[in-house]
Amino acid sequence: MSESTSDWGERLIRILLERTGDGDPEATRRTLLKLMDLLEAVPAERPRPLEASSVNANGGYRWDHDLIERRVRPGASVLDLGCGSGTLLARLIRSKKVRGQGIERDMEKVLQCVANGVPVFQTNLDEGLAGFPDESFDYVVLEETVQTLYRPHVVLSEMLRVGRQGIISFPNFGHWQVRLDLALNGRMPVTGALPYSWHDSPNIHHLTLHDFEDWMAAQGIGIVQGHALSEGQVRPLRPDDNLFAEEVMLVIERRHA
Amino acid sequence: MSVREEEAVRELLPRGVLDDPTSVGLTRAQTVTLAAEDAPFPLEVGGSIAPVQVEYETYWRLNEDRSNVVLIAHALSGDAHVAGWDGDAARTGRRWRLRKPGWWDTVVGPGKALDTNRYLVLCANVLGSCYGTTGPSSINPRTGEPYGLSFPIVTVGDWVRLQAMLLDHLGVERVHAVLGGSLGGQQVIEWMLAYPDRVEKAIVLAASAKLSAQGLAFNAVGRHTIMSDPHFNGGDYYGGDVPAQGLAAARMLAHITYLSDAGMELKFGRRLQDKTEPDFDFGIEFEVESYLAHQGRSFVERFDANSYLYITRAMDYYDAAAIWGGGDLVRACSRVTADVLVVSFTSDWLYPSAQCRELAIALCQARHPVTYIDVRSSYGHDAFLVETEVVSRLLRDFLDKGTEP
Repeated sequence: MSESTSDWGERLIRILLERTGDGDPEATRRTLLKLMDLLEAVPAERPRPLEASSVNANGGYRWDHDLIERRVRPGASVLDLGCGSGTLLARLIRSKKVRGQGIERDMEKVLQCVANGVPVFQTNLDEGLAGFPDESFDYVVLEETVQTLYRPHVVLSEMLRVGRQGIISFPNFGHWQVRLDLALNGRMPVTGALPYSWHDSPNIHHLTLHDFEDWMAAQGIGIVQGHALSEGQVRPLRPDDNLFAEEVMLVIERRHA
Repeated sequence: MSVREEEAVRELLPRGVLDDPTSVGLTRAQTVTLAAEDAPFPLEVGGSIAPVQVEYETYWRLNEDRSNVVLIAHALSGDAHVAGWDGDAARTGRRWRLRKPGWWDTVVGPGKALDTNRYLVLCANVLGSCYGTTGPSSINPRTGEPYGLSFPIVTVGDWVRLQAMLLDHLGVERVHAVLGGSLGGQQVIEWMLAYPDRVEKAIVLAASAKLSAQGLAFNAVGRHTIMSDPHFNGGDYYGGDVPAQGLAAARMLAHITYLSDAGMELKFGRRLQDKTEPDFDFGIEFEVESYLAHQGRSFVERFDANSYLYITRAMDYYDAAAIWGGGDLVRACSRVTADVLVVSFTSDWLYPSAQCRELAIALCQARHPVTYIDVRSSYGHDAFLVETEVVSRLLRDFLDKGTEP
């Protein structure tokens, strides 16, 4: 390891420690000590992108599907924005008898939805949800999609117009690995939750958990329930998850005045 | 059909077509009188007609369980002969059928998307047409002459009600699916609105809940060319010269509306027909002219000009929102219980994507799940017949899967 990388590492850890005051300080310290070890092991070559086990754009198993299934009431109505091949809706239609509707842009995925028996409307989400009446769905799901949109603010506010509750998940750009990767390598981070290179990434609006919380506060939106994927574990959201959550799933709704 | 008859027909058909295991093989249309003189068929715009005979084809055995029926609705110039080779073509004078299988043979047959091993496929010729169902060329029993323009105005609603009577006659209470493209797609829309309890799945290809002003305009020009043909004679031309020029011109125009700018460029470009230099006259110079002339000529051989008037009028009048929702398509769509698939094609300018999409949006607004797909294609309106690969995949999967819990 070169001198400069080590210096960067030390400084970064000091900064992270100062900024992570809300959580369990001991847990934070232990994690950061592990970081020190990792830093020792930073190879001269940039590491290969990790296997994207938790992100499956083609709609395979996803860590948040169990949570969503548990959350959704039987017989409810669910709109899935960017539904991929319809894996989640197919599951909810089967197990919870929901009135499901998917929206997807990609032709091949749309055809897979049809094969999965999932009603799907082919359109570009960035064009909005003009066809859907206010509160016409109990839940509107935006799974691993917000960071790919051209106009996320439009889709997000439409989401809570059309649905009573929003269920949103996204990779957290504030995760320590992401921060470290950028800080140490000086290149766009490539991690398990963000497996793409800058030039082939569908992700055009990266955001952190804190960014999203700021947006919610400004919009009068609150979190009903939150979960994090961290070190392969799914657990309820913690105050320090802007640093430790690789991905988050939030159930959100408008606060009533 | 006896073995001997079959051998005779086989001689007339292209070699080997009856040996294709994915073809329904030789077909034979059936006819039934659904409204007798003493029980006339009431019409949507008033009045009634009797008798009404309907020609239809089925690709199933008589004793089969009828819970898996798929009803196909044909388009403007279509007929009940959806698939296979017409065993009666020579006898009935429909000799063009000796050269070509049914109009949707690419999709209907054993192992095909509309698998006749799994589904009982049925199609009936519409009222006012000229393929065995009562129409303007039929004999009016009160005069002993063909109806001509004394045939009453018929509507998409009448067609669908008559198809429902045919289902009653065949002992089919509920169909697994009703599907069709273009004017056939509009019949599907009418089906899911008029008989929600009888339709499990509805597939609307390249069709919207009403025809646009541009579509009305195309139809108007088509009728104008027919009615201004010197042989038209107020529709009373049977037994003499038919208004061939007018009907051919109407068909030529219609064919332009079935293609697209890009599609025509691709298919014909500015290529000359069988020559390297133009002749500088008013004969056939370009390939596209030759194509249209051929389409016009062959249409005259197989279609009745009066039927063209009546069927395009039915197409003009159809407006699902007006009939079922007091002008509000969302209200109309609140009647729908079927699983609905709407497919549009990006280069279609007869039933443009945006208008097909309106139907899908209205279903969403009526809180009814819908599958809407806009297929990228340069084939224009014809794409619903030509884009066999994607359409087959959609039909196969949509018919197979339950989308309702």
